[in-house]
Amino acid sequence: MKTNFKYNIIWFIIMVAGFYLMNTLILVGVINTFIENMLVTIGINIILATGLNLIIGFAGQFSLGHAGFMAIGAYATAIITQTATTPVGFYLSVFAGIVVSIIAALIVGIPTLRLRGDYLAIATMGAAEIIRIIINNMKITGGAAGIFNIPQLASWPTVYIMVCVTTIIIVNFIHSRGGRAVTSVREDEIAAEAMGINIFKWKLAAFVLGAATAAVAGSLHASFLQTISPNDFGIMESISILIIVVLGGVGSITGTFVAAIVLGVLDTVLQDFGALRMVIYAVALVLIMIFKPSGILGTWEFSIKRIFNRFKRKERVEQ
Amino acid sequence: MKKSAIKKVVSFAAIVMTAGIFAGCSTAKTQTKGNTQTGNTVKIGVNMELSGAAAGYGNSQKQGIQLAAQQINKNGGINVNGKKKKIKLIIRDNKTSTTTSASVAAQLTNNDKVSAIVGPATTNAGTAEIPNITKAAVPSVSPSATDPNYTKQKNGKVQPYVFRACYQNNFQGGTAAKFMTNNLKAKRVAVYADNSSDYGTGLAKAFKKSFKGTIVDSQYFSEGDKDFNAVLTSFKSKKIDAIYVPGYYTEVGLIVKQARQNGINVPIVGSDGMADPKLAQIAGDKNASKVYYTTPFSDDVAKSNPTAVKFMNEYKAKYHADAPTFSALAYDSVYMIKSAIESEKSADSVKIAQGLAKIKNFDGVTGKITINKNHDPEKPIAIEQLTNGKVSNSFNIK
Amino acid sequence: MQTVFQQIINGLSLGSIYALLALGYTMVYGIIKLINFAHGDIYMLGAFWGYYVINVWHFNFISALLSAMLVGAASGVIIEYFAYRPLRHSPRITALITAIGVSFFLENGMSYLFSSNTRDFPQIIKQVNYNLGGVLISNIQILILVTACILMVLLQLIIKKTKMGRAMRAVSVDPDAAELVGININWTISFTFALGSALAGAAGVLIGLYYNSIDPLMGMTPGIKAFVAAVLGGIGSVPGASVGGFLIGILETFFQSIGLSAYKDAVVYFVLIVILLIMPAGIFGKNTKEKV
Repeated sequence: MKTNFKYNIIWFIIMVAGFYLMNTLILVGVINTFIENMLVTIGINIILATGLNLIIGFAGQFSLGHAGFMAIGAYATAIITQTATTPVGFYLSVFAGIVVSIIAALIVGIPTLRLRGDYLAIATMGAAEIIRIIINNMKITGGAAGIFNIPQLASWPTVYIMVCVTTIIIVNFIHSRGGRAVTSVREDEIAAEAMGINIFKWKLAAFVLGAATAAVAGSLHASFLQTISPNDFGIMESISILIIVVLGGVGSITGTFVAAIVLGVLDTVLQDFGALRMVIYAVALVLIMIFKPSGILGTWEFSIKRIFNRFKRKERVEQ
Repeated sequence: MKKSAIKKVVSFAAIVMTAGIFAGCSTAKTQTKGNTQTGNTVKIGVNMELSGAAAGYGNSQKQGIQLAAQQINKNGGINVNGKKKKIKLIIRDNKTSTTTSASVAAQLTNNDKVSAIVGPATTNAGTAEIPNITKAAVPSVSPSATDPNYTKQKNGKVQPYVFRACYQNNFQGGTAAKFMTNNLKAKRVAVYADNSSDYGTGLAKAFKKSFKGTIVDSQYFSEGDKDFNAVLTSFKSKKIDAIYVPGYYTEVGLIVKQARQNGINVPIVGSDGMADPKLAQIAGDKNASKVYYTTPFSDDVAKSNPTAVKFMNEYKAKYHADAPTFSALAYDSVYMIKSAIESEKSADSVKIAQGLAKIKNFDGVTGKITINKNHDPEKPIAIEQLTNGKVSNSFNIK
Repeated sequence: MQTVFQQIINGLSLGSIYALLALGYTMVYGIIKLINFAHGDIYMLGAFWGYYVINVWHFNFISALLSAMLVGAASGVIIEYFAYRPLRHSPRITALITAIGVSFFLENGMSYLFSSNTRDFPQIIKQVNYNLGGVLISNIQILILVTACILMVLLQLIIKKTKMGRAMRAVSVDPDAAELVGININWTISFTFALGSALAGAAGVLIGLYYNSIDPLMGMTPGIKAFVAAVLGGIGSVPGASVGGFLIGILETFFQSIGLSAYKDAVVYFVLIVILLIMPAGIFGKNTKEKV
């Protein structure tokens, strides 16, 4: 307990340091609106992809419906902050988005999580599409035009803090008893069940937690971009989140961070290439997958604990 | 030993951070608003849908923009307070995505330091651009963002840096409704709208609001659909006088084709998204009869308008095809920026925005344009009729 | 009543298109358990090939169709060789991402080379409508329906009766054991890709002719629908793919005809989820028991 606390404190310090670093760079002018925009997009993608990585990488459930839960968060924020234009209203809307997406995740997850592999993927994709089509045909959501002129209540500090909070929650979940249960379900369902683990419950837990973080990302997306439309949350959005997860390494949170940053930067750099951008992107994607099939980092995880242990060992040797 | 090491690191980090914060404070500087134009070129950014779902329309618009820039540069450039300056286009693709559109807008305004932006083509990508261009005080003219509220802020005030070259939905939908009642004498109308963008749903809504007769049925299709037989068959049994199909030529062309093949011969009325020679190609010439659409760019207008004639000829010479409305609107957007620069005698972005708001009786390809207080263009609207795939008639609607 | 029959015809002709595409999906999935996202784009390639050979070289319909099948088969084999073969022993999700990458590459590469404009497909067969007691059916609809049925039977024969088909089934059940008994796995998989992709190429020409409109992104929506059809029918099963395709076509038509056009895709997905819950491996899928 005490050691875990220590590592969390160290992480916390790193996060605060990162915050001040960003702040300074913005004040100095190294980070302008354009780079800030890119960083926020990367941050939102990190939240989405860590959530999906929890479902795919740690629970082993192939979900293709992440954009649907993101849509719920985004629309909750867009609708609530239209009338409650205050930071309190924003956090209220984030909370509302989380609640609604948890309900949706339960409705989707309880029946479909009995399915396996690709069948689950196609069912979750269908569920996300149903959510999107319903949003597309509702009055309160503005239909196909979506909602714009959403007040900007989330700027980069909010996104930064949310990235930290969701990552801490997910990482701590993975390292908790529940996380080990979830991982055992991925490794071997039957063995896990034999050990007395309620496999369905833990699958669902991972799915719901992932959906909740997706809703947070959706809220941030809506509030930062100030405009949303149902087309932002189609199958392609789910796929682009999936690409981040697989590219970084299924089962590696660090990898997700790296992949989100690499893809975010690549996407912005490719803006200079006009019509060729997506061709280059596609080729890069295929090549990375062929030469690094398990993703950039595989299942490797950056861990302060390990670094400390190495120090400790060295000291012992020196002594 | 170890603890002290951590302490050292932490205290060091703290010192660096505090230093950083102070450094930050001391460099906080005052910035002039907007991008000032320097050098011998006027930079115009293009934030356009060159890939993704709306790529077809985006590329048409890109051609219009490039043609306009080429013409202006050939004639010496833009007259900025007595000095002729050439246009430098900076074209960036927004993938038909709101996120990317915002990022492209930020890059154009902050890194490329453009004086004005043309684009995006769709309302959603357009609204995503607004926060960044407003922050940077750079005006943008969208050739085809049609949502009525696109140029308005939440409180109803006009967005200072947002302009458009196209009609807004209410105007176009209302005109179609009038035409249905007055010219076609249609009493029972079915609506079949594209509901994957605000364009189709917005027009359908506007049409339904102002149409006096009965709306028998209203159905929706989505972008990329190719089979419309089911809905058309259900229309067939409902004794309709006309069908209103707000959407783009890619899908509406197929609707026209399949309607005629199903034996539905009532008039089909649409919007300027149909005003493209490809409509008749997709529908087949013999099917494209009794097809009407609202457009700023009718043959009648074109014949009496030397700007339009010139545009159509040069477009044909350059791209070996008839000019679609999207290209014409994009072409006008560039010339509107030029006219704003010349009347304000400055290519600074804030000045251009002021100039754009004051445009009056501007001679565009798509008619005489006056920008009203909502930053919408006021220009004549016409309805063209296709017979056997060719424009056979055009009506002026007041 | 006429309307009802007309809607059945509409549903069947839409369904035959989905079935035609779903057959290719199901074959590839059956053998290497890969959702070949690029399948819809091979269909697009076939359509563009047909467009060019008819317009430029003035091929007639049959030769355009056959050459499009060859082009489809060749591109399928090339894609498999370069993009999927190196990943045969990697996690399946990696291969899936590669397939998505290939799909992006084909869509955007074609947009880059030939512009993303919609083109009209040359009307090489004149469309004729037959009026059967008020119900309209066109010759091309019949052509597509008949082709889909013939191809389905042919595929079933190849898989069940030929030596190659036996090899395909063996590889699909257990690749290692198949290799032990002397089956050339690489060759078998290439053959499957060729067969599935040839179907997509043929579908490209047929559907291009039917709808008369092609564009580089045309493979996306029907690709996903056909995939859903394949899953619905039980992915890996040839009759399943056809049944799934027809079922989705008819469902879509039905819900549009009763005025739910805005929700037609949602309803299809809903039915899909319900069927998967009742039959977790699709209608014709074999539900393998898990052993400890």
